[in-house]
Amino acid sequence: MQNPGFIRAALHNRSFIIGLALAMLFVGAALLSYFWTPYDVTRLDIAHKLQTPSGVHWFGTDHLGRDIFAMIMVGARTSIAVAVVAVGIGILLGVPLGLAAAVRKESLLDEVIMRTNDLVFAFPALLIAIMITAVFGPSAINAIIAIGIFNIPVFARLSRGAALSLWQRDFILSARVAGKNAAQISFEHILPNILNLLIVQGTIQFSLGILAEAGLSYVGLGAQPPIPSWGRMLAESQTMISFAPHLALFPGFAIVLTVLGLNLMGDGLRDLFDPKLRRRHV
Amino acid sequence: MRFLTPKLALAGALAICTTVAQAETTAITVGMQLEPPHLDPTGAAAGAIDSIVYANIFEGLTRFAADGAILPALAESWTISDDGLIYTFTLHSGVTFHDASAMDAEDVVFSLNRARAEDSTNAQKALFEGIDTVEALDATTVKITLSAPNGAFLFNLAWGDAVIVASESIKDAKTHPIGTGPFVFTNWVQGDRIEITRNVDYWGTPARLEKATFKFISDPTAAFAAVMAEDVDVFPAFPAPENLLQFEQDSRFQVIVGSTEGETILAINNKMPPFDNVKIREAVAHAIDRQSIIDGAMFGYGTPIGTHFAPHHPDYMDLTGQSNYDPDLAKSLLAEAGYPDGFETTLKLPPPSYARRGGEIIAAQLRDVGITVEISNLEWAQWLEQVFRGYDFGLTIVSHTEPMDIGIYARPEYYFQYDSAPFQQLMEDLNAATDPAARATILKSAQQMIADDYVNGYLFQLANTTVANAKIVGLWKNAPTQANDLTAIYWND
Amino acid sequence: MLRFILKRLLSLGLSLLAASVVIFVAIEVIPGDPASYMLGINAQADTVAALREELGLNVTGFARYSGWVSGMLHGDFGTSYTYRTPVTDMISDRIMVSLPLAIYALTLSTLIAFPAGILAASRRGTAADVSIMGVTQLGVAVPNFWFAMLLVLVFSINLRWFSAGGFPGWDQGLFAGLKALTLPAIALALPQASILARVMRSALIDTMSEDFIRTARAKGLSKSQALWRHALRNAMIPVLTIIGLQFSFLLAGAIIIENVFFLPGLGRLVFQSISQRDLIVVESVVMLLVFAVVIVTFVVDITYAAVDPRLRGRA
Repeated sequence: MQNPGFIRAALHNRSFIIGLALAMLFVGAALLSYFWTPYDVTRLDIAHKLQTPSGVHWFGTDHLGRDIFAMIMVGARTSIAVAVVAVGIGILLGVPLGLAAAVRKESLLDEVIMRTNDLVFAFPALLIAIMITAVFGPSAINAIIAIGIFNIPVFARLSRGAALSLWQRDFILSARVAGKNAAQISFEHILPNILNLLIVQGTIQFSLGILAEAGLSYVGLGAQPPIPSWGRMLAESQTMISFAPHLALFPGFAIVLTVLGLNLMGDGLRDLFDPKLRRRHV
Repeated sequence: MRFLTPKLALAGALAICTTVAQAETTAITVGMQLEPPHLDPTGAAAGAIDSIVYANIFEGLTRFAADGAILPALAESWTISDDGLIYTFTLHSGVTFHDASAMDAEDVVFSLNRARAEDSTNAQKALFEGIDTVEALDATTVKITLSAPNGAFLFNLAWGDAVIVASESIKDAKTHPIGTGPFVFTNWVQGDRIEITRNVDYWGTPARLEKATFKFISDPTAAFAAVMAEDVDVFPAFPAPENLLQFEQDSRFQVIVGSTEGETILAINNKMPPFDNVKIREAVAHAIDRQSIIDGAMFGYGTPIGTHFAPHHPDYMDLTGQSNYDPDLAKSLLAEAGYPDGFETTLKLPPPSYARRGGEIIAAQLRDVGITVEISNLEWAQWLEQVFRGYDFGLTIVSHTEPMDIGIYARPEYYFQYDSAPFQQLMEDLNAATDPAARATILKSAQQMIADDYVNGYLFQLANTTVANAKIVGLWKNAPTQANDLTAIYWND
Repeated sequence: MLRFILKRLLSLGLSLLAASVVIFVAIEVIPGDPASYMLGINAQADTVAALREELGLNVTGFARYSGWVSGMLHGDFGTSYTYRTPVTDMISDRIMVSLPLAIYALTLSTLIAFPAGILAASRRGTAADVSIMGVTQLGVAVPNFWFAMLLVLVFSINLRWFSAGGFPGWDQGLFAGLKALTLPAIALALPQASILARVMRSALIDTMSEDFIRTARAKGLSKSQALWRHALRNAMIPVLTIIGLQFSFLLAGAIIIENVFFLPGLGRLVFQSISQRDLIVVESVVMLLVFAVVIVTFVVDITYAAVDPRLRGRA
């Protein structure tokens, strides 16, 4: 992965470069917001509410006089943190489950894991998120859990499917002959071989996570005030859209560009990891 | 007959109503944010029920007028014994329910006994607590004996929870209410609208409208668009104050700004340290800038209050000066109380935008004096569970919309847990007093006492903002109770 | 094949049973009491107790669970706590909004995605392909509720072509009903159409490179003839799978859009019922939605197995 050929290819992959640039823009904004924002996002200035974009407030101010540019920066932090942790949960729990299921196809373990996966898939995700927050109250943590749960089956299925075909391969057979047990083989031989797949899927899930976080905080179930979040900014702007559309436009653009960036990056990575596809693409 | 727009209704009115000489629009569509769960005002607290049925479908012995005064309704007149214990009501004769059955003294006995029964599910059961017996002397005379004098008894009987219902029809009232009012329930499309039509056999002055449709639009943006598109003719308690300016600038509409009975307060858990210290509560009161909350959360609509009392009430005292915005004073009070660096607490907010937006502003203002608040936005069910019954909160924001509810401060178990023997004594005196002047004096001392004790942070009186078609006449300006009394409304076209 | 279907049916039954337990338990632990919600802040403790009794809330959880499940088997979902009307009636009213909305959105999405996907695949690498793919990338990235807000801003508030929300009911005529569903359907369709167009394109490209197409082309078929006559039919399998999944997603997933446009659909019903703690309604609707997804998955699996016998081993 780290070879110069890959990097050269990456530099020539337009999707990847554009996607990376967009994603880095928002990751950079999120990181920068820890050290600097143009205004304090918790500072209200009611006398200067609902100002249109200007040199003083680049993206204008919201209904409580907060600087929208600063809120977008800090909101990036919320979105990215929630999505990253949720995808992390999906990978950490889903991949081992998928690998375990793949060890013996159609065993009881496999059946149980895969049927449970189907069951989770069958639940309407947003409704589950709403129920989770109805039990534990709305917070960023509960948004993470709700999104994370639905990431588990995604990674479990993906790694099971990929692992199943690898188990047929010669190098796995020779590892078996060498006396390694299923767990060792799964982690030493299979996992490294499905890593590319996981990275690509992880990027896509990351972008879906951003969208999901926006949706949850839009209905009021994400991070709580005063922590800004893009979804809640949209929800709060809704009644003012007729006379202050900039309130709804900027957070919306932020979501679209971040998700777009991550998706382009994912597509680019898929092409890079799969030379066969790349040849076809050219 | 189905009325889609006032114009179509016009045609319909011509067809039906031959007595009206001049063509007149006689249908109205009223927008409402909340759909009622059902239509029995004696079986739930939902204000949305009263918004539809009060004065339109159901009537009580007495009723609220638009200015909050108590008027006779089904009771034509009454006498009160000198000791204040016996009320004798004379009912209007010839009153019938919408199912054509007669309304008589037995129905009154049934309704009041049902409301105060052991297994009653009346949300305001306390209104009837002082009643000892209810007797029908003859078909139009009812004698109510109280166990102790109650100066607010006629007021209590005016509530929507005290309307007169019939024993035969009350079972189905939740989906098909049958009352004595000027309008008859006709249709309910759940999730969308309720329709009522004029009661041709009404005992009193008949309504001028033929038909009214209550349309439920919970989303403020949709409400805005519906009024703008003239799909809705009237929207009482318009949910988004930020949109009112646009209506004011549009000659097609009128914006009527009045007052509600809603005292919006920053409720403080008086039993939870450090709020059990009056100095801390005083500090909180001085840390809050009411005007910026009214401007920021309500876009300027609302009247500042300094105690738990409606400013439009004749006995109201303006005590806002006692808790003026003074962050420096707040800081020194905190230091005096032993918290120079402030402390941490929770602020639990129910769904209305006055609470959510006001909460963010208050959190910022408290942070300025060193008090760190953790905001949690709750649904009503969670709020009831955690705050109201669980006492698990430091601060919360809520609007107390019941009329004349200063009596809640005499209930030590009430969620903000103000336990003051002198105040409880005052309320006992108030209940016993029937002389208006004596009542006024007591009410003023009560207002002063809770302001002196800084029981809660008193923010503002919720404004009643109605958006309506400019041609509609007869709308209530204020909201002395949750109601949309349609009887006097007409189109001036 | 029969053995395969029976096996899948058994696992379907077990899934539904497991789902019913999960749903019931999850919803019963939600704090909050429907009776105190309904009676509000001035209610007295004995009044709340009386209402709980009236609503049948004072029996054990197990008794309520078995009552609920056995009722459901007869098509009876019980009586709503808040509205006091049969849940079955409420659900069937709401389905009359959610189902047409899902079908409308899916139709729109298919009508957009098919031509776009086919065009992109047949003109692969051209400007048309690149711009279609660019637009679909954007379509996938746009949150549908934000898109919905923009639609309201443009078409309801500025142009006043559509109302910003609400549903007049089918009794006001088919046109009025469809008109009210148009903006929500567009908002829902955009991301779905983008996904579908991408799937369509890649499925076509994949089949075009398969041997039988090469054979057909060697026999003298032009590229577009091969695409229309052979590739399209083969590409339909993944496309139909996605459509099936999207349909069940639309049925359950329109909840935010139903909120934006204030449509009295299933999603809104659940949202509202959770806030009112009308638990029996929440349980029943969630169960119904899970049922819909499980059935769609089942049908897709069976269809797959019918098309491709190799899959029957993987039950």
